[in-house]
Amino acid sequence: MAEENKGNPESLSRRKFLRNTGFTVGGLAVGGVLGSLLPRKKEEKVAPAVKAENFNQALMYFTPEQFQLTEAATERIFPEEESGPGAKALGVAFFIDHQLAGDWGFNAREYMQAPFFKGEKVQGYQGRLRRRDIFDIGLRELQNHSMTVHKKKFTELKEEEQDAILRDFEEDKVNLTTISPSGFFQMLRSATLEGAYSDPLYGGNRNMDGWKMRNYPGSQMAYTDIIDKDFKKINPQSLKNHLNH
Amino acid sequence: MARKLPKVDVVIIGVGWAGGIIASELTKKGLKVVGLERGKERKTEDYFMVHDELRYALRYGMMQDLSKETITFRSTEKFRALPMRQYGSFLIGDGLGGSGVHWNGQTFRFLPYDFQIRSQTVEKYGKNKIPPGMTIQDWGITYDELEPYYDTFEKMAGISGEENPLAGKRSSKYPTPPLKKTKAMELFTDAAKRLKLHPYVQPAANLSESYTNPDGISRAACQYCGFCERFGCEYGAKGDPVVTVLPVALKTGNFEIRTHSNVRRILKTGNKATGVLYTDVTTGEEIEQPADIVVLTGFVFNNVRLLLLSGLGTPYNASTGTGSVGKNYAYQVRKGNAVGFFDKKKFNSFAGAGALGMILDDYNGDNFDHSNLNFIHGGMIILGQTGQRPIQNNVAPKGTPTWGKEFKQASLKYANSSFTVGGEGSSMAFQHHYLDLDPTYKDAYGDPLIRITFDFEDQDRNMAKFLAKQCSVIMKEMGADHVDYMQELGPYDVSTYQSTHNTGGVIMGDDPKTSAVNNYLQMWDVDNLFVVGASAFPQNAGYNPTGTVGALSYRAAEGILKYHDKGGQVV
Repeated sequence: MAEENKGNPESLSRRKFLRNTGFTVGGLAVGGVLGSLLPRKKEEKVAPAVKAENFNQALMYFTPEQFQLTEAATERIFPEEESGPGAKALGVAFFIDHQLAGDWGFNAREYMQAPFFKGEKVQGYQGRLRRRDIFDIGLRELQNHSMTVHKKKFTELKEEEQDAILRDFEEDKVNLTTISPSGFFQMLRSATLEGAYSDPLYGGNRNMDGWKMRNYPGSQMAYTDIIDKDFKKINPQSLKNHLNH
Repeated sequence: MARKLPKVDVVIIGVGWAGGIIASELTKKGLKVVGLERGKERKTEDYFMVHDELRYALRYGMMQDLSKETITFRSTEKFRALPMRQYGSFLIGDGLGGSGVHWNGQTFRFLPYDFQIRSQTVEKYGKNKIPPGMTIQDWGITYDELEPYYDTFEKMAGISGEENPLAGKRSSKYPTPPLKKTKAMELFTDAAKRLKLHPYVQPAANLSESYTNPDGISRAACQYCGFCERFGCEYGAKGDPVVTVLPVALKTGNFEIRTHSNVRRILKTGNKATGVLYTDVTTGEEIEQPADIVVLTGFVFNNVRLLLLSGLGTPYNASTGTGSVGKNYAYQVRKGNAVGFFDKKKFNSFAGAGALGMILDDYNGDNFDHSNLNFIHGGMIILGQTGQRPIQNNVAPKGTPTWGKEFKQASLKYANSSFTVGGEGSSMAFQHHYLDLDPTYKDAYGDPLIRITFDFEDQDRNMAKFLAKQCSVIMKEMGADHVDYMQELGPYDVSTYQSTHNTGGVIMGDDPKTSAVNNYLQMWDVDNLFVVGASAFPQNAGYNPTGTVGALSYRAAEGILKYHDKGGQVV
């Protein structure tokens, strides 16, 4: 991390931040987080780069087929182009897999009690299915629709054909009884953006490339020096940087 | 049988801004106070990993667990109300400090007009200006009477700001200078001045410099990190109850906070509250806490719900307009916005603070003539710079596809080159907008959920259009190459985020027939019960509510002390 920060002069580590700003009132650090940030021991030298394997890239929920479908579909939503990587290279499908395995996939913190009634649009989601069920059905139907129209799997289609299949879902042109095709598409779309731009700790936004494409600096301690100035490009930091300082 | 604890002077239900302020004021005077909080304890150390947009902004890390309790909603009585199964329109806080922890820190005083809206509207425009069904009321208190309490709240929280040229008189300056001005704020200021409007830097509970308040609490300055609303502050720079009033109350030795304590009933004998019944959610045990005075300081929904569940006050009847508990539910009309796209300018829009921004009130309250307009009131206009976090900020000019290559390129291009100028529209009360108990849906303990009956009206549609148009004029004057602005407000939709400015249901006033609490927030029907929060607003203003909630909390604390000395109605 020390090496990384040398090449990253605009990023303020927490430790450096405290040293530089004298972030105190009456000589005492204010607030609990700050106290716990003061360095307890000398920084350890990080061994020179041996590229570590990314053990996070395995599946918690999806079958291999579901994973491939998700990877292909999200890549069309957020494709690789001149400005940088798309969903596939950013690890978005891993992100979605990991999310479906946890609270979000189970709608754990949402009201899922009966009775269920079809509501007005302004009343929001009223289904009994949880997100992991919706993904199971949605991905299966994506494949079915592709087979019906093209007699080929979704992953074997040309990009324009994949787009047309997805658009059918987006515009509710697929006849499904159990889920709303557009509801599934919107869930896939928002999960794609979450995977592209959330902290890399969740398995997407690989190498912070999602942030780099849009000049988003990630998690910085302070912007006091630039808040009233013209645009400044700052190399991003992730939450992992905080743990090491 | 519930386990019965020894009696205390005061029991407070819900330890957020209102509960914390009242606890600190009462314990300073020697009263023994217990604060019951259904959520968990909170401290600044919790926010070591707070710069996590997914966890806090998208997965609602600080909010109430909806699997245990939510609200139900319908647009009108014609529809069946259904539960809000997932978060959308507003976010309900939870845990110590309540919504006072995850707020942005935007701290306003309402306009003198707001407090006397009915009488001033009738006086200036005649009574026909108020359309049938609109049930706006005066507050039973004037701005001048409330001013000292605003002042106390601002000094306690260390509000940073500069004088608003179009507002009520202030007895003293803001305790700390305004926050810094970003390039976008400068553009807004210059444009507004060219348009002969009156911009000022938004009053903020994000400290512009380190500050020691009258209670001796020291806090550090805001670092503009860009993680404020929906997040807790890792510096304690954002004024919240946990870093201001709660330590003061605890230091007296007279205050005990019990977290994980979900109050389910206020107990009563005749027209006197005798204490509360709560569930220790970690063990499931039912516990009775007797008290001489009960103070209900939850969020709007729980204030109304607990009164109705406990059979206190007269439930509101929407068909006759009689009764008061649940009456005049109001909100905020927050969609009258304009988005501007700059093709050649880039801003540090990733940086910001919750309450960083410019405001103007030329179209708020009755600061402009409504003679030829088809609505009353209006709202503040704001250019905020809260920090544009990447998951939730992917705007592109109208007509751009919402996915695929073109979307991606446009959203990247404008990631640091677009801003919103927004109208924070007021929300007037109507006879058929109200809160009551849902007949079908229950919480985790089997108690009915609160039911919202609410929709936007012509008043809201006309006002939002007007505000959006003004916003677009400012945005164009700021030099945006492309401006999109709201054309039609549409129906109220509980599934898309607008604002957590829910108000009313236990409204204040000077007449027991038309209000639930007096101007000390003491219940007309129950002398030893005070109900404090935005639930007391008879309708909502064109500003964020917290400054007024803070002022009313200091006012209520004074009323509680008066009642403690003399008993009876304190007005």
